[in-house]
Amino acid sequence: MTGQLGKSTGKPILRKEDPALLSGRGRYADDLPIPTGTLHAHVIRSPHAFAEIVRINAGKARAQDGVWAVITGEDVRKLSDPFMAAVKTLVQQWTLAVERVRYVGEPVALVVAESRYLAEDAAELVTVDYKPLDPVIDPLEACKSSAPLLHPQTRTNEISVREFRYGDPAGAFARADRRIAMTVPFPRLSFTPIECYVVVAQHNPAENSYDVLANFQGPFSMHPVMARALRVAGPKLRLRIPPDSGGSFGIKLSVFPYIVLIALAARITGRPVKWTEDRIEHLVAASSGPNRVTQIEAAVNKDGRILGLRLDQLEDYGAFLRAPMPGPLYRMHGAVTGAYDIENVEVKNRVVLTNKMPASLIRGFGGPQLYLALERLMHRIAVELKLDPLDVIRRNLIPAQKFPYRTAAGALYDSGDYARALDIALGDGRLADLKRRREQARAHGRIYGIGFAAVVEPAMSNMGYLSTLMTAQAREKAGPKNGAVSMARVTIDPLGAITVTADVTVQGQSHETVLAQIVAAELGLSPEEIEVVLELDTAKDQWSIAAGTYSSRFASGTAVAAHMAAVQMRDKLKAVGAKQLNILPDDVELAGGKIRSRSNPDNALPFGRVAGTSHWSPVMLPESMAPALSETAVWTPPELEPPASDDRINTSLTYGFIFDMCGIEIDPVTYQVRVDRYVSMHDAGRIMNPMIAEGQIRGAFVQGIAAALYEEFTYNEEGAFLSGTFADYLVPTVAEVPEVEILHYASPSPFTPLGAKGLAEGNCMSTPAAIANAIADALGAKEIILPATPRRIHALMQKASA
Amino acid sequence: MKPRPFDYLRPDTVEEALAALAEYGDDARILAGGQSLVPMLNLRLVEAAALIDISQIAALDVIRDFGEAIEIGAAVTQNKLLVWPQLAQKLPFLAAALPYVGHFQTRNKGTVCGSIAHADPSSELPLALALLGGEVVLKSQRGERVLAAQDFHKDMLTTTRVADEMITAVRFPAANSAANGEGRGIAFREVARRHGDFAIIAVAALVEDKNTVRLGVGGMSGRPMVRRIASGKTADAIGEVIADWADELEGYEDLHASAAMRRDLFRNLGPRVIEEAMR
Amino acid sequence: MRRHKRSERVRVSLNLNGRKLAAAAEPRTLLCDFLRYALGATGTHVGCEHGVCGACTVLIDGVATRSCLTLAVQAEGREVKTVESLAGADGALNPLQQAFRDNHALQCGFCTPGILMSFTDYLARNPHASEAEIRDVLSGHLCRCTGYAGIVAAIKQAARK
Repeated sequence: MTGQLGKSTGKPILRKEDPALLSGRGRYADDLPIPTGTLHAHVIRSPHAFAEIVRINAGKARAQDGVWAVITGEDVRKLSDPFMAAVKTLVQQWTLAVERVRYVGEPVALVVAESRYLAEDAAELVTVDYKPLDPVIDPLEACKSSAPLLHPQTRTNEISVREFRYGDPAGAFARADRRIAMTVPFPRLSFTPIECYVVVAQHNPAENSYDVLANFQGPFSMHPVMARALRVAGPKLRLRIPPDSGGSFGIKLSVFPYIVLIALAARITGRPVKWTEDRIEHLVAASSGPNRVTQIEAAVNKDGRILGLRLDQLEDYGAFLRAPMPGPLYRMHGAVTGAYDIENVEVKNRVVLTNKMPASLIRGFGGPQLYLALERLMHRIAVELKLDPLDVIRRNLIPAQKFPYRTAAGALYDSGDYARALDIALGDGRLADLKRRREQARAHGRIYGIGFAAVVEPAMSNMGYLSTLMTAQAREKAGPKNGAVSMARVTIDPLGAITVTADVTVQGQSHETVLAQIVAAELGLSPEEIEVVLELDTAKDQWSIAAGTYSSRFASGTAVAAHMAAVQMRDKLKAVGAKQLNILPDDVELAGGKIRSRSNPDNALPFGRVAGTSHWSPVMLPESMAPALSETAVWTPPELEPPASDDRINTSLTYGFIFDMCGIEIDPVTYQVRVDRYVSMHDAGRIMNPMIAEGQIRGAFVQGIAAALYEEFTYNEEGAFLSGTFADYLVPTVAEVPEVEILHYASPSPFTPLGAKGLAEGNCMSTPAAIANAIADALGAKEIILPATPRRIHALMQKASA
Repeated sequence: MKPRPFDYLRPDTVEEALAALAEYGDDARILAGGQSLVPMLNLRLVEAAALIDISQIAALDVIRDFGEAIEIGAAVTQNKLLVWPQLAQKLPFLAAALPYVGHFQTRNKGTVCGSIAHADPSSELPLALALLGGEVVLKSQRGERVLAAQDFHKDMLTTTRVADEMITAVRFPAANSAANGEGRGIAFREVARRHGDFAIIAVAALVEDKNTVRLGVGGMSGRPMVRRIASGKTADAIGEVIADWADELEGYEDLHASAAMRRDLFRNLGPRVIEEAMR
Repeated sequence: MRRHKRSERVRVSLNLNGRKLAAAAEPRTLLCDFLRYALGATGTHVGCEHGVCGACTVLIDGVATRSCLTLAVQAEGREVKTVESLAGADGALNPLQQAFRDNHALQCGFCTPGILMSFTDYLARNPHASEAEIRDVLSGHLCRCTGYAGIVAAIKQAARK
């Protein structure tokens, strides 16, 4: 099966997407034609972190020429229901603030006018009377009983606490030689795609239905959330995704509240309404990864072997817990022990709310937070036990013979040889070179450090992972949630041309090219001949709640479904071809654009002719065979079971492995961190397209560097947002990106027919940890706060010399 | 975000520009390169009843070599100056500092005078003006005034330009001129978070003679500060002088640096920049 | 002196990619919005509206310029070139575009048009630009997808030719 695939996958072919994108012919949401009479919206946002809304004075604005409406929370409350959330609480959230504002930037009102320029002018005429309240910004402060309550209906801001125990952690901690503990915070940041949110909505009053175009990227489990909010059945909310989008990195999940808002605006005004988010809005209020404070402790023996692990993960979701949060806290749950063979684990997961923008999915999705804590602890164990950090890592790595490996918390790691991958990365003189650089630097009085990180990268989420949030009894009542569905369809047109549609949306990961490669390989065609259409339309395409592009689900999910559909089509065409060539189906092969006899290749027909048979002469089809016009495949991997009654959960389908090592130098004159050498070893199973894989890894690497050194959403104590423009929020340019040497090792996944594992989030998880460890090594420091800005390095060095 | 409505004027001559300024006064803004102004207009951070676009006034798009001084007109872009054939010879400090001003793309439109008018406390061109002892030429319908750097730059983003005036040119003493002393030794270093960002601090040195170095720093107070340092002393003594000056200036706090960090940066960089200029 | 009151609908006429076009704009209308919505040239993208991300970069009289920091009225009578001008009439990619394709220098493609236009200007001035010079000019653009390595390789390839 994979042999066929090798024909055109595994090779770096050029992308199908490029000619259009390079010529300015991309079709992003803001480029698409809109109906005549479309109005334009602008959001008025809260300047306060926490306040009561006393009054919204919109009379003057409404009276302006060209202004059609000013919509407020009260309007929204009348016409829509609060959003469903994953955690059952009394917290209610609508698409505009109702009664109170809870974060700077929260949408308070919507101006709808004939142009965006006019709408912004009118917005300046709207005055809102607020009664400011004391906000709470720090997550630890927010847990205290004295903290201001974000939502009066709850008794605490700490709205979810769940404890898990696997194995015998108490015993492990009792018998271990040492206990080593740390508190590791992870910052709040995002990956700000260059294209912001866009929504165009229309309402059909006759049917009370909505038609929305938006660059939403899934998961489509949010579709029922939006439909419910709009008080319509699913089919009455038609959601169409444009052919191209300018990046997502998980962030274009959070366009969903705006879809509801603009849909309501269309209903209220009776006109189509368009909203294009601008960068200022995006930075203050679009989405953010959650910040987390982890208390992590290991029970270790003198030789560095970890007997037990305890984690208390306090994650800050900002002002509201929107669906599908607290995803990042649970998505990694099965893999909470990372790359290490640890049987005894205690986990406490706490969700707290604060007066900051609501957090959600960003690339890495819980991995960066977990691995910063876990890998800093590994380094710390080495420091305190006076061992080599690599020895500590090695001593605890899951041995190759244990795969498929069931972790303490229930993840089923499909494949891997971590020790071997490590050896390859360290080999060829690489580790020796790093050590030599450190030695020489230190001999000259320079500040140099080496850091490592070993990370297991999950991909393709088990949709049931979030239900681990509930207790086993509660899950029992609610019914099992599990699995992940991926769908793809291969269709033949009258002339035998092939079209592929699938349940992914386009963000730049070259889905079109890879799907074409996969299908072409099975059908004996070239990828150029395969048409791939990925403009998902909920009214006409097949989709499930898992649809979309997120959580690296493409390689282990949709690509597999496409492969299955192509195989189904291939087998049908073999049967059709066999009849026409007068041979047995076993003897048929599809190759070089022909359908022919393997034993007698001259006995051949053009692919298009055979493939078109179902259209033109279905009578020529083999008996009892339905016309092969369209083959749909649905891939539901069996490994993604619901959480067990003991709270074990296989949170993802595939698990890749990454090992990073780096050397950094700190400039004592400018306090800047320079990455001197960086090596990143990736085991992502079978690589479908090496060029695309490398592009994904490099993109994730820069985002990891960004989290380590540059990007952070900063708030002051009053909750004012300080990272409001691209001059304040520092996205790395090419000048800030160090060179990275990428190495590969492949242990194919036995759980996906293609053997591929999702890759693409890995360095978001590993790089911040590796850099933090290198800085710890350089400065001999314990508490490394990321991003390690010059300001923080300066403070660390001052503290050290004091 | 979209700017508020404004009237738009594009004078062809300086006289027309001054008439427009007299008409609108404080309510008008001069638009030269727009790389600092238009972002603020888009973000609705500034008011402007009218924009007076001077970018097409030919008389202002000139670099004049007066021997002792080089005069740069208000429409001259940063990249135009950067490729001026005499730059390295006549204005070596600007040759060193200009590549740090924004990016290639913003220097295509951003003007030398515009940056000086904007008066960001750590930016390179105001620092150059202060260090080299340059002048700003201001014109209005009432006449012309020429101000030395320290009389023009007052505080963060604040200058002594009055409402009906515009900068028509800046003048920098040429490197071989008496105003700059015998030596041509110059050095420049800045610390920024990313390449092309506004500097946290910028430090510049100019050798006046065997015993004196002019040291300038931007980003330690509201405007660039310049002092003469006796360079014949020991390295430690120079370090102490700079450290004392750092304490005196205090520095300031913003998102990217604390005041203490600024002081330390200046203590660290000052001696190094002096040493490099003297080499 | 050209003069327009704020409420005026100004007829702005310019040469876009070799064709003389005109449409109405307010004095405050940004060139990026004028190109995209009035003239239908949607290849130029908007990422920040404050001149940092570079996605909106176009050529005005051959000079790379942030169109989000330019008023439409400032482009009156000028030659404006956007990404749509690069490919041949039959859609054939020019050497710079082809180099981007060869080197996987784009993923989502949103930042790409601005980078192509920056380097159309820069390589015309400095055809055999060094890697250091390329990186310096590229630092005026933000890309979230690629990690920049493919972009540098592509421009180096185009600069070598």
